[in-house]
Amino acid sequence: MRLTIREALLSFRRAPLLSALSIMMVAFSLFSFGLFALVAINFEEEFSRVEERVEIQAFVDDTTSVTTLTDGVALVAKYAEVQRAAPITRDEALSRARESMGEFRDVFDAEFLPASIEVQLKEGFRDAVSVRRVADSLEAIPYVNDVRYGEEFVQQLDAIRTVATGTGVALGTAFALVAIIIIAATIRIAVLARAREISIMRLVGATNGFIRRPFLLEGLLTGVAGGLLALLLLRGAFALVTRLDFVNALFLDRSMAMTGIAAGGLLGFMGSAFAVRRHLKHV
Amino acid sequence: MIRFLHVTKEYARTGAALKDATFRIGKGEFAFLTGPSGSGKSTLLKLSYADERPSSGEVRVAGMNVSTLKRGEVPLLRRKLGIIFQDFRLLDDRTAEENIAFALEVTGASSSVIPGKVARLLQQVGLGSKAASYPNQLSGGEQQRVAIARALANDPFVVIADEPTGNLDDRATRGIFQLLQDINMAGTAVLMATHDLELVRRHDYRVLELNRGQLVFDSAETGAPATTER
Repeated sequence: MRLTIREALLSFRRAPLLSALSIMMVAFSLFSFGLFALVAINFEEEFSRVEERVEIQAFVDDTTSVTTLTDGVALVAKYAEVQRAAPITRDEALSRARESMGEFRDVFDAEFLPASIEVQLKEGFRDAVSVRRVADSLEAIPYVNDVRYGEEFVQQLDAIRTVATGTGVALGTAFALVAIIIIAATIRIAVLARAREISIMRLVGATNGFIRRPFLLEGLLTGVAGGLLALLLLRGAFALVTRLDFVNALFLDRSMAMTGIAAGGLLGFMGSAFAVRRHLKHV
Repeated sequence: MIRFLHVTKEYARTGAALKDATFRIGKGEFAFLTGPSGSGKSTLLKLSYADERPSSGEVRVAGMNVSTLKRGEVPLLRRKLGIIFQDFRLLDDRTAEENIAFALEVTGASSSVIPGKVARLLQQVGLGSKAASYPNQLSGGEQQRVAIARALANDPFVVIADEPTGNLDDRATRGIFQLLQDINMAGTAVLMATHDLELVRRHDYRVLELNRGQLVFDSAETGAPATTER
Protein backbone atom coordinates (compact mmCIF):
# COMPACT_ATOMS: atom_id res chain seq x y z
CA MET A 1 0.00 0.00 0.00
CA ARG A 2 2.83 2.35 0.91
CA LEU A 3 4.40 1.60 -2.46
CA THR A 4 1.10 2.26 -4.23
CA ILE A 5 0.74 5.65 -2.58
CA ARG A 6 4.35 6.52 -3.34
CA GLU A 7 3.97 5.58 -7.00
CA ALA A 8 0.69 7.46 -7.38
CA LEU A 9 2.08 10.62 -5.81
CA LEU A 10 5.28 10.25 -7.81
CA SER A 11 3.32 10.36 -11.03
CA PHE A 12 1.78 13.69 -10.05
CA ARG A 13 5.23 15.05 -9.39
CA ARG A 14 6.74 13.64 -12.54
CA ALA A 15 4.09 14.87 -14.93
CA PRO A 16 2.64 17.92 -13.19
CA LEU A 17 1.36 19.47 -16.40
CA LEU A 18 -0.50 16.38 -17.51
CA SER A 19 -1.90 15.85 -14.02
CA ALA A 20 -3.03 19.47 -13.83
CA LEU A 21 -4.61 19.12 -17.26
CA SER A 22 -6.47 15.99 -16.21
CA ILE A 23 -7.73 17.66 -13.05
CA MET A 24 -8.86 20.69 -15.03
CA MET A 25 -10.65 18.58 -17.63
CA VAL A 26 -12.49 16.73 -14.87
CA ALA A 27 -13.24 20.04 -13.17
CA PHE A 28 -14.62 21.74 -16.28
CA SER A 29 -16.70 18.73 -17.23
CA LEU A 30 -18.20 18.54 -13.76
CA PHE A 31 -18.53 22.31 -13.65
CA SER A 32 -20.68 22.44 -16.78
CA PHE A 33 -22.76 19.58 -15.45
CA GLY A 34 -23.00 21.41 -12.13
CA LEU A 35 -24.16 24.60 -13.83
CA PHE A 36 -26.87 22.64 -15.52
CA ALA A 37 -27.83 21.02 -12.22
CA LEU A 38 -28.05 24.46 -10.57
CA VAL A 39 -30.35 25.76 -13.28
CA ALA A 40 -32.48 22.63 -12.99
CA ILE A 41 -32.70 22.87 -9.19
CA ASN A 42 -33.72 26.50 -9.28
CA PHE A 43 -36.22 25.94 -12.04
CA GLU A 44 -37.72 23.10 -10.05
CA GLU A 45 -37.95 25.33 -7.00
CA GLU A 46 -39.69 28.13 -8.91
CA PHE A 47 -41.97 25.69 -10.57
CA SER A 48 -43.16 24.14 -7.35
CA ARG A 49 -43.88 27.63 -6.01
CA VAL A 50 -46.12 28.28 -9.01
CA GLU A 51 -47.72 24.89 -8.55
CA GLU A 52 -48.70 25.73 -5.00
CA ARG A 53 -51.19 28.11 -6.50
CA VAL A 54 -53.21 25.23 -7.90
CA GLU A 55 -56.46 25.33 -5.93
CA ILE A 56 -59.91 23.86 -6.20
CA GLN A 57 -63.00 25.71 -5.07
CA ALA A 58 -66.16 23.74 -4.43
CA PHE A 59 -69.14 26.09 -4.16
CA VAL A 60 -72.01 24.85 -2.01
CA ASP A 61 -75.78 25.48 -2.08
CA ASP A 62 -76.99 28.61 -0.35
CA THR A 63 -79.00 26.44 1.98
CA THR A 64 -75.99 24.57 3.33
CA SER A 65 -75.54 25.10 7.04
CA VAL A 66 -72.21 26.00 8.61
CA THR A 67 -72.14 22.61 10.36
CA THR A 68 -72.63 20.77 7.09
CA LEU A 69 -69.90 22.87 5.53
CA THR A 70 -67.51 22.07 8.38
CA ASP A 71 -68.31 18.33 8.13
CA GLY A 72 -67.69 18.53 4.38
CA VAL A 73 -64.35 20.15 4.94
CA ALA A 74 -63.36 17.42 7.40
CA LEU A 75 -64.35 14.78 4.85
CA VAL A 76 -62.46 16.40 2.01
CA ALA A 77 -59.36 16.89 4.15
CA LYS A 78 -59.11 13.09 4.38
CA TYR A 79 -58.67 12.64 0.62
CA ALA A 80 -55.24 11.23 -0.15
CA GLU A 81 -54.46 14.04 -2.57
CA VAL A 82 -55.49 16.87 -0.30
CA GLN A 83 -53.00 18.90 1.64
CA ARG A 84 -55.43 21.38 3.15
CA ALA A 85 -59.18 21.95 2.98
CA ALA A 86 -60.76 25.09 4.44
CA PRO A 87 -64.32 26.37 4.70
CA ILE A 88 -64.96 29.77 3.16
CA THR A 89 -68.19 31.22 4.54
CA ARG A 90 -70.20 33.76 2.57
CA ASP A 91 -68.86 36.57 4.74
CA GLU A 92 -65.28 35.54 4.13
CA ALA A 93 -65.96 35.25 0.43
CA LEU A 94 -67.37 38.74 0.46
CA SER A 95 -64.46 40.29 2.30
CA ARG A 96 -61.99 38.56 -0.04
CA ALA A 97 -63.86 39.78 -3.06
CA ARG A 98 -63.89 43.27 -1.70
CA GLU A 99 -60.21 43.12 -1.04
CA SER A 100 -59.32 42.01 -4.51
CA MET A 101 -61.80 44.18 -6.36
CA GLY A 102 -60.77 47.47 -4.80
CA GLU A 103 -62.91 50.24 -6.16
CA PHE A 104 -65.79 47.94 -7.03
CA ARG A 105 -66.10 46.80 -3.44
CA ASP A 106 -69.57 48.27 -3.04
CA VAL A 107 -71.01 46.22 -5.88
CA PHE A 108 -70.94 43.11 -3.75
CA ASP A 109 -73.03 42.06 -0.86
CA ALA A 110 -73.11 38.86 1.12
CA GLU A 111 -76.17 37.48 -0.68
CA PHE A 112 -74.35 37.55 -3.92
CA LEU A 113 -71.49 35.16 -3.13
CA PRO A 114 -71.83 31.48 -2.20
CA ALA A 115 -69.88 29.73 0.55
CA SER A 116 -67.28 27.20 -0.59
CA ILE A 117 -64.69 24.63 0.37
CA GLU A 118 -61.21 25.69 -0.63
CA VAL A 119 -58.89 22.78 -1.39
CA GLN A 120 -55.11 22.74 -1.81
CA LEU A 121 -53.43 19.62 -3.12
CA LYS A 122 -50.35 17.86 -1.95
CA GLU A 123 -47.17 18.10 -3.97
CA GLY A 124 -47.21 15.52 -6.69
CA PHE A 125 -51.00 15.78 -7.12
CA ARG A 126 -51.01 19.16 -8.76
CA ASP A 127 -51.22 17.78 -12.29
CA ALA A 128 -54.29 17.96 -14.50
CA VAL A 129 -55.37 14.34 -13.98
CA SER A 130 -55.24 14.46 -10.16
CA VAL A 131 -56.91 17.86 -10.04
CA ARG A 132 -59.68 16.57 -12.26
CA ARG A 133 -60.12 13.47 -10.09
CA VAL A 134 -60.43 15.51 -6.89
CA ALA A 135 -62.79 17.94 -8.61
CA ASP A 136 -65.01 15.03 -9.65
CA SER A 137 -65.16 13.68 -6.09
CA LEU A 138 -66.08 17.14 -4.83
CA GLU A 139 -68.78 17.45 -7.44
CA ALA A 140 -70.30 14.19 -6.20
CA ILE A 141 -71.00 15.74 -2.79
CA PRO A 142 -74.79 16.42 -2.81
CA TYR A 143 -74.71 20.03 -1.62
CA VAL A 144 -71.85 21.07 -3.88
CA ASN A 145 -73.27 22.68 -6.97
CA ASP A 146 -70.21 23.95 -8.75
CA VAL A 147 -66.50 23.13 -8.76
CA ARG A 148 -63.96 25.55 -10.16
CA TYR A 149 -60.26 25.26 -10.74
CA GLY A 150 -58.08 26.98 -13.26
CA GLU A 151 -58.36 24.16 -15.72
CA GLU A 152 -56.32 25.94 -18.37
CA PHE A 153 -53.70 26.99 -15.83
CA VAL A 154 -53.31 23.44 -14.63
CA GLN A 155 -53.06 22.12 -18.16
CA GLN A 156 -50.42 24.67 -19.06
CA LEU A 157 -48.45 23.79 -15.95
CA ASP A 158 -48.66 20.17 -17.05
CA ALA A 159 -47.32 21.00 -20.48
CA ILE A 160 -44.47 23.05 -19.06
CA ARG A 161 -43.62 20.29 -16.62
CA THR A 162 -43.50 17.68 -19.37
CA VAL A 163 -41.27 19.81 -21.58
CA ALA A 164 -39.03 20.84 -18.69
CA THR A 165 -38.60 17.29 -17.41
CA GLY A 166 -37.89 15.95 -20.89
CA THR A 167 -35.40 18.70 -21.66
CA GLY A 168 -33.81 18.32 -18.25
CA VAL A 169 -33.32 14.58 -18.60
CA ALA A 170 -31.98 14.90 -22.15
CA LEU A 171 -29.64 17.78 -21.37
CA GLY A 172 -28.51 16.23 -18.11
CA THR A 173 -27.74 12.92 -19.81
CA ALA A 174 -25.89 14.70 -22.60
CA PHE A 175 -23.83 16.77 -20.16
CA ALA A 176 -23.02 13.71 -18.08
CA LEU A 177 -22.06 11.69 -21.15
CA VAL A 178 -19.82 14.44 -22.50
CA ALA A 179 -18.20 14.76 -19.07
CA ILE A 180 -17.57 11.01 -18.91
CA ILE A 181 -16.15 10.88 -22.44
CA ILE A 182 -13.82 13.84 -21.87
CA ILE A 183 -12.62 12.48 -18.55
CA ALA A 184 -12.07 8.99 -19.95
CA ALA A 185 -10.17 10.41 -22.93
CA THR A 186 -8.00 12.62 -20.71
CA ILE A 187 -7.10 9.76 -18.44
CA ARG A 188 -6.36 7.55 -21.40
CA ILE A 189 -3.88 10.11 -22.66
CA ALA A 190 -2.28 10.18 -19.22
CA VAL A 191 -2.00 6.41 -19.20
CA LEU A 192 -0.80 6.33 -22.80
CA ALA A 193 2.00 8.70 -21.84
CA ARG A 194 3.13 5.99 -19.48
CA ALA A 195 2.68 3.00 -21.77
CA ARG A 196 6.47 2.52 -21.88
CA GLU A 197 6.61 2.54 -18.13
CA ILE A 198 3.85 -0.04 -17.95
CA SER A 199 5.63 -2.27 -20.45
CA ILE A 200 8.85 -2.06 -18.43
CA MET A 201 6.98 -2.90 -15.25
CA ARG A 202 5.56 -5.98 -16.94
CA LEU A 203 9.00 -6.92 -18.14
CA VAL A 204 10.52 -7.05 -14.69
CA GLY A 205 7.69 -9.22 -13.46
CA ALA A 206 5.19 -6.81 -11.94
CA THR A 207 1.74 -8.34 -11.60
CA ASN A 208 -1.18 -6.57 -13.24
CA GLY A 209 -2.53 -5.65 -9.84
CA PHE A 210 0.76 -4.08 -8.84
CA ILE A 211 0.79 -1.99 -12.02
CA ARG A 212 -2.86 -1.08 -11.81
CA ARG A 213 -3.10 0.07 -8.20
CA PRO A 214 -1.11 3.33 -8.46
CA PHE A 215 -3.03 4.25 -11.60
CA LEU A 216 -6.36 3.66 -9.90
CA LEU A 217 -5.35 5.72 -6.90
CA GLU A 218 -4.06 8.44 -9.21
CA GLY A 219 -7.35 8.41 -11.14
CA LEU A 220 -9.32 8.60 -7.91
CA LEU A 221 -7.27 11.51 -6.62
CA THR A 222 -7.47 13.31 -9.97
CA GLY A 223 -11.23 12.88 -9.97
CA VAL A 224 -11.68 14.10 -6.40
CA ALA A 225 -9.41 17.10 -7.02
CA GLY A 226 -11.37 17.86 -10.19
CA GLY A 227 -14.61 17.57 -8.26
CA LEU A 228 -13.41 19.99 -5.60
CA LEU A 229 -12.19 22.45 -8.21
CA ALA A 230 -15.53 22.19 -10.03
CA LEU A 231 -17.37 22.93 -6.80
CA LEU A 232 -15.17 25.95 -6.21
CA LEU A 233 -15.76 27.25 -9.73
CA LEU A 234 -19.47 26.65 -9.35
CA ARG A 235 -19.54 28.53 -6.07
CA GLY A 236 -17.70 31.41 -7.71
CA ALA A 237 -20.09 31.50 -10.66
CA PHE A 238 -23.02 31.32 -8.26
CA ALA A 239 -21.71 34.22 -6.17
CA LEU A 240 -21.25 36.26 -9.33
CA VAL A 241 -24.81 35.66 -10.53
CA THR A 242 -26.50 36.17 -7.16
CA ARG A 243 -24.85 39.57 -6.79
CA LEU A 244 -27.56 40.80 -9.14
CA ASP A 245 -30.39 41.76 -6.77
CA PHE A 246 -33.20 40.28 -8.75
CA VAL A 247 -31.73 36.81 -8.62
CA ASN A 248 -32.56 34.81 -5.57
CA ALA A 249 -31.24 31.36 -6.27
CA LEU A 250 -30.45 28.17 -4.41
CA PHE A 251 -27.03 26.53 -4.36
CA LEU A 252 -26.32 22.81 -4.19
CA ASP A 253 -26.89 21.48 -0.71
CA ARG A 254 -24.19 19.62 1.15
CA SER A 255 -25.20 16.14 0.06
CA MET A 256 -25.37 17.18 -3.59
CA ALA A 257 -21.91 18.77 -3.38
CA MET A 258 -20.55 15.60 -1.75
CA THR A 259 -22.20 13.48 -4.43
CA GLY A 260 -20.56 15.66 -7.08
CA ILE A 261 -17.10 15.19 -5.60
CA ALA A 262 -17.69 11.48 -5.17
CA ALA A 263 -18.84 11.31 -8.79
CA GLY A 264 -15.56 12.98 -9.81
CA GLY A 265 -13.62 10.40 -7.85
CA LEU A 266 -15.61 7.54 -9.30
CA LEU A 267 -15.17 8.87 -12.85
CA GLY A 268 -11.42 9.18 -12.33
CA PHE A 269 -11.22 5.71 -10.87
CA MET A 270 -13.32 4.09 -13.61
CA GLY A 271 -11.53 6.01 -16.35
CA SER A 272 -8.16 4.81 -15.07
CA ALA A 273 -9.36 1.26 -14.63
CA PHE A 274 -10.62 1.22 -18.19
CA ALA A 275 -7.54 2.86 -19.68
CA VAL A 276 -5.04 0.65 -17.84
CA ARG A 277 -6.98 -2.48 -18.66
CA ARG A 278 -6.32 -1.94 -22.34
CA HIS A 279 -2.60 -1.92 -21.67
CA LEU A 280 -2.66 -4.98 -19.50
CA LYS A 281 -4.74 -7.13 -21.81
CA HIS A 282 -1.83 -8.04 -24.02
CA VAL A 283 -0.84 -11.76 -23.71
CA MET B 1 16.16 -24.23 -18.80
CA ILE B 2 14.80 -23.17 -22.20
CA ARG B 3 13.27 -25.80 -24.42
CA PHE B 4 11.53 -25.27 -27.74
CA LEU B 5 9.76 -28.25 -29.26
CA HIS B 6 8.50 -27.83 -32.85
CA VAL B 7 7.56 -24.27 -32.12
CA THR B 8 5.83 -22.23 -34.80
CA LYS B 9 4.70 -18.65 -34.37
CA GLU B 10 2.39 -17.13 -36.95
CA TYR B 11 1.10 -13.59 -37.06
CA ALA B 12 -2.21 -12.83 -38.69
CA ARG B 13 -0.71 -10.13 -40.90
CA THR B 14 2.85 -11.14 -41.61
CA GLY B 15 2.62 -14.91 -41.54
CA ALA B 16 5.06 -17.27 -39.87
CA ALA B 17 7.88 -15.57 -37.94
CA LEU B 18 9.21 -18.81 -36.54
CA LYS B 19 8.80 -22.25 -38.12
CA ASP B 20 9.12 -25.56 -36.36
CA ALA B 21 11.99 -24.55 -34.09
CA THR B 22 13.39 -27.19 -31.77
CA PHE B 23 16.33 -26.67 -29.44
CA ARG B 24 17.30 -26.78 -25.81
CA ILE B 25 19.52 -24.53 -23.79
CA GLY B 26 20.82 -26.13 -20.64
CA LYS B 27 21.65 -24.84 -17.23
CA GLY B 28 24.58 -22.43 -17.18
CA GLU B 29 24.99 -22.51 -20.95
CA PHE B 30 25.93 -19.51 -23.13
CA ALA B 31 24.39 -19.33 -26.58
CA PHE B 32 24.38 -16.77 -29.36
CA LEU B 33 21.31 -16.33 -31.49
CA THR B 34 22.18 -14.91 -34.89
CA GLY B 35 20.51 -14.24 -38.18
CA PRO B 36 19.58 -11.30 -40.40
CA SER B 37 16.98 -8.73 -39.43
CA GLY B 38 13.50 -10.17 -39.56
CA SER B 39 14.76 -13.73 -39.30
CA GLY B 40 12.76 -14.33 -36.13
CA LYS B 41 15.32 -13.68 -33.38
CA SER B 42 13.13 -11.30 -31.45
CA THR B 43 10.10 -13.54 -31.87
CA LEU B 44 12.05 -16.46 -30.45
CA LEU B 45 13.14 -14.37 -27.49
CA LYS B 46 9.63 -13.01 -26.92
CA LEU B 47 8.34 -16.57 -26.83
CA SER B 48 10.96 -17.33 -24.18
CA TYR B 49 9.75 -14.60 -21.87
CA ALA B 50 6.06 -15.10 -22.66
CA ASP B 51 5.55 -11.83 -24.43
CA GLU B 52 4.17 -14.00 -27.22
CA ARG B 53 2.57 -17.42 -27.20
CA PRO B 54 3.45 -20.10 -29.72
CA SER B 55 0.90 -20.85 -32.44
CA SER B 56 1.91 -24.49 -32.15
CA GLY B 57 4.57 -26.52 -30.40
CA GLU B 58 5.74 -26.23 -26.86
CA VAL B 59 7.93 -23.66 -25.13
CA ARG B 60 9.21 -24.51 -21.67
CA VAL B 61 11.24 -22.01 -19.70
CA ALA B 62 12.52 -22.45 -16.16
CA GLY B 63 10.11 -25.33 -15.67
CA MET B 64 7.05 -23.40 -16.86
CA ASN B 65 5.08 -24.12 -19.99
CA VAL B 66 4.69 -20.84 -21.87
CA SER B 67 2.02 -22.31 -24.15
CA THR B 68 -0.38 -22.92 -21.28
CA LEU B 69 0.76 -20.24 -18.87
CA LYS B 70 -2.12 -18.30 -17.32
CA ARG B 71 -1.95 -14.55 -17.65
CA GLY B 72 -1.46 -14.17 -13.93
CA GLU B 73 1.54 -16.52 -14.01
CA VAL B 74 3.49 -14.53 -16.59
CA PRO B 75 5.00 -12.21 -13.94
CA LEU B 76 6.18 -15.27 -12.01
CA LEU B 77 8.03 -16.50 -15.09
CA ARG B 78 9.55 -13.07 -15.73
CA ARG B 79 10.95 -12.98 -12.22
CA LYS B 80 12.97 -16.09 -13.00
CA LEU B 81 14.45 -14.40 -16.06
CA GLY B 82 16.65 -11.40 -16.61
CA ILE B 83 15.78 -9.60 -19.83
CA ILE B 84 17.89 -6.92 -21.49
CA PHE B 85 17.42 -4.98 -24.70
CA GLN B 86 19.27 -2.91 -27.22
CA ASP B 87 17.39 0.20 -26.03
CA PHE B 88 18.00 -0.52 -22.31
CA ARG B 89 14.37 0.15 -21.31
CA LEU B 90 15.12 2.02 -18.12
CA LEU B 91 12.60 4.26 -16.44
CA ASP B 92 13.93 7.70 -17.37
CA ASP B 93 12.62 9.49 -14.32
CA ARG B 94 14.26 7.19 -11.81
CA THR B 95 17.87 6.98 -10.81
CA ALA B 96 20.05 3.96 -11.50
CA GLU B 97 19.41 2.56 -8.04
CA GLU B 98 15.69 3.26 -8.21
CA ASN B 99 15.50 1.41 -11.51
CA ILE B 100 17.12 -1.62 -9.96
CA ALA B 101 15.16 -1.36 -6.72
CA PHE B 102 11.96 -1.28 -8.73
CA ALA B 103 12.56 -4.80 -10.04
CA LEU B 104 12.85 -5.96 -6.44
CA GLU B 105 9.86 -4.00 -5.23
CA VAL B 106 7.54 -5.57 -7.77
CA THR B 107 8.30 -8.98 -6.36
CA GLY B 108 7.38 -7.82 -2.90
CA ALA B 109 10.94 -7.96 -1.57
CA SER B 110 11.29 -6.60 1.93
CA SER B 111 12.28 -2.94 1.97
CA SER B 112 15.02 -3.71 4.48
CA VAL B 113 16.96 -5.90 2.06
CA ILE B 114 16.51 -3.81 -1.08
CA PRO B 115 19.13 -1.06 -0.52
CA GLY B 116 21.92 -3.54 0.29
CA LYS B 117 21.11 -5.71 -2.66
CA VAL B 118 20.91 -2.75 -5.04
CA ALA B 119 24.31 -1.51 -3.86
CA ARG B 120 25.83 -4.95 -4.43
CA LEU B 121 24.34 -5.17 -7.93
CA LEU B 122 25.67 -1.73 -8.82
CA GLN B 123 29.12 -2.80 -7.60
CA GLN B 124 28.87 -5.97 -9.65
CA VAL B 125 28.24 -4.05 -12.88
CA GLY B 126 30.90 -1.48 -12.04
CA LEU B 127 28.60 1.46 -11.35
CA GLY B 128 28.99 1.81 -7.61
CA SER B 129 29.54 5.54 -7.92
CA LYS B 130 26.62 6.22 -10.23
CA ALA B 131 23.78 5.06 -8.02
CA ALA B 132 22.09 8.46 -7.96
CA SER B 133 22.48 9.20 -11.69
CA TYR B 134 19.50 9.34 -13.99
CA PRO B 135 19.65 7.37 -17.25
CA ASN B 136 20.19 10.53 -19.31
CA GLN B 137 23.27 11.28 -17.21
CA LEU B 138 24.81 7.93 -18.11
CA SER B 139 26.55 6.74 -21.27
CA GLY B 140 24.96 3.99 -23.36
CA GLY B 141 27.30 1.42 -21.90
CA GLU B 142 26.50 2.56 -18.38
CA GLN B 143 22.77 2.46 -19.05
CA GLN B 144 23.10 -1.08 -20.29
CA ARG B 145 24.99 -1.94 -17.11
CA VAL B 146 22.09 -0.61 -15.07
CA ALA B 147 19.73 -2.71 -17.17
CA ILE B 148 21.91 -5.77 -16.55
CA ALA B 149 21.98 -5.07 -12.82
CA ARG B 150 18.19 -4.84 -12.91
CA ALA B 151 18.02 -8.11 -14.87
CA LEU B 152 20.11 -9.79 -12.17
CA ALA B 153 18.08 -8.38 -9.30
CA ASN B 154 15.94 -11.45 -8.87
CA ASP B 155 18.76 -13.97 -9.32
CA PRO B 156 17.55 -15.27 -12.67
CA PHE B 157 18.20 -18.75 -14.05
CA VAL B 158 18.78 -17.29 -17.47
CA VAL B 159 19.55 -13.89 -18.95
CA ILE B 160 17.81 -13.22 -22.24
CA ALA B 161 19.56 -10.46 -24.16
CA ASP B 162 18.13 -8.97 -27.34
CA GLU B 163 20.98 -7.23 -29.18
CA PRO B 164 22.39 -5.86 -25.92
CA THR B 165 25.37 -4.28 -27.67
CA GLY B 166 23.51 -3.05 -30.75
CA ASN B 167 23.61 0.58 -29.65
CA LEU B 168 27.11 0.59 -28.20
CA ASP B 169 30.57 1.44 -29.47
CA ASP B 170 33.35 -1.14 -29.48
CA ARG B 171 34.69 -0.36 -26.08
CA ALA B 172 31.30 -0.41 -24.41
CA THR B 173 30.45 -3.58 -26.32
CA ARG B 174 33.52 -5.32 -24.94
CA GLY B 175 32.65 -4.21 -21.43
CA ILE B 176 29.07 -5.39 -21.63
CA PHE B 177 30.03 -8.68 -23.19
CA GLN B 178 32.61 -9.26 -20.51
CA LEU B 179 29.93 -8.63 -17.93
CA LEU B 180 27.63 -11.18 -19.58
CA GLN B 181 30.50 -13.68 -19.61
CA ASP B 182 31.10 -13.06 -15.91
CA ILE B 183 27.43 -13.62 -15.20
CA ASN B 184 27.58 -16.85 -17.15
CA MET B 185 30.72 -17.95 -15.27
CA ALA B 186 28.76 -17.51 -12.08
CA GLY B 187 26.29 -20.10 -13.32
CA THR B 188 23.53 -18.17 -15.06
CA ALA B 189 22.60 -19.27 -18.57
CA VAL B 190 22.73 -16.55 -21.23
CA LEU B 191 20.86 -16.45 -24.51
CA MET B 192 22.06 -13.49 -26.52
CA ALA B 193 20.70 -12.38 -29.87
CA THR B 194 23.23 -10.41 -31.88
CA HIS B 195 24.12 -9.07 -35.31
CA ASP B 196 27.75 -8.79 -34.36
CA LEU B 197 29.33 -11.71 -36.19
CA GLU B 198 32.78 -10.57 -35.21
CA LEU B 199 31.83 -11.01 -31.57
CA VAL B 200 30.36 -14.45 -32.32
CA ARG B 201 33.47 -15.56 -34.17
CA ARG B 202 35.81 -14.45 -31.44
CA HIS B 203 34.19 -16.63 -28.80
CA ASP B 204 33.73 -20.30 -28.70
CA TYR B 205 30.13 -20.39 -27.59
CA ARG B 206 27.21 -22.23 -29.00
CA VAL B 207 25.53 -20.54 -31.97
CA LEU B 208 21.93 -20.84 -33.08
CA GLU B 209 21.21 -19.27 -36.42
CA LEU B 210 17.83 -18.30 -37.76
CA ASN B 211 16.92 -17.50 -41.33
CA ARG B 212 13.41 -16.57 -42.39
CA GLY B 213 12.01 -18.06 -39.26
CA GLN B 214 13.83 -21.33 -39.58
CA LEU B 215 16.54 -22.59 -37.29
CA VAL B 216 19.12 -23.30 -39.98
CA PHE B 217 22.13 -23.93 -37.80
CA ASP B 218 22.88 -25.10 -34.30
CA SER B 219 26.54 -25.58 -33.48
CA ALA B 220 25.65 -27.93 -30.65
CA GLU B 221 24.12 -30.36 -33.13
CA THR B 222 26.69 -30.25 -35.89
CA GLY B 223 29.60 -29.88 -33.58
CA ALA B 224 30.97 -27.39 -36.06
CA PRO B 225 32.59 -24.20 -34.87
CA ALA B 226 30.80 -20.91 -35.15
CA THR B 227 30.31 -20.11 -38.81
CA THR B 228 32.30 -17.55 -40.70
CA GLU B 229 30.09 -17.29 -43.75
CA ARG B 230 26.81 -16.45 -42.12
